Amino acid sequence: MRICRVIGTVVATAHHPAYDGQKIMLVRQDSPAGEKAAPAFVAVDRVQAGPDDRVLVLTEGTGVRQLLGAEAGPIRSIIVGIIDDIDIERSHT
Amino acid sequence: MYLGEVIGTVVARRCIEGLEGQKLMLVQPLDENRQPRGAKEVAVDTVQAGPGDFVFLVGSREAALALKQSFVPVDAAIVGIIDDMHRTDAS
Repeated sequence: MRICRVIGTVVATAHHPAYDGQKIMLVRQDSPAGEKAAPAFVAVDRVQAGPDDRVLVLTEGTGVRQLLGAEAGPIRSIIVGIIDDIDIERSHT
Repeated sequence: MYLGEVIGTVVARRCIEGLEGQKLMLVQPLDENRQPRGAKEVAVDTVQAGPGDFVFLVGSREAALALKQSFVPVDAAIVGIIDDMHRTDAS
């Protein structure tokens, strides 16, 4: 899973049926220390995340398909948790 | 999933079985500021998108799941046309 920050919301009236009723967010991967990293991507929100929340995003196909079960379709990234706190004891940077 | 802009259409009259009849679009992937990011790519369209549309796409194995026949050899699919994207961060 990746640590990301919610940086926006996306509205798409015309969408694939797999996205019916799904909340779609724009997220960007954060390093644990908080600095900006890779370009933003789009994820389905399953935990009622809000603006600026630090979240856990599942981006691996098999895990996503297990989570969605029979609904499995063209979805690759899902917000699966809201991070309250990260405690880093050792850093290699 | 990631952001992109449809910039054209692609016609391939001779193609591998399963790809026939699919609507193929040329897409420029975009970053969160709607600036071009990386190489243009060809994606199958599932939402009747057209050139100029701001869209989001799904890549890899899940792209094929966007189609009714799920073993079509595609690695990118347009799965939504974005009407509105609201940024909630300051930058």
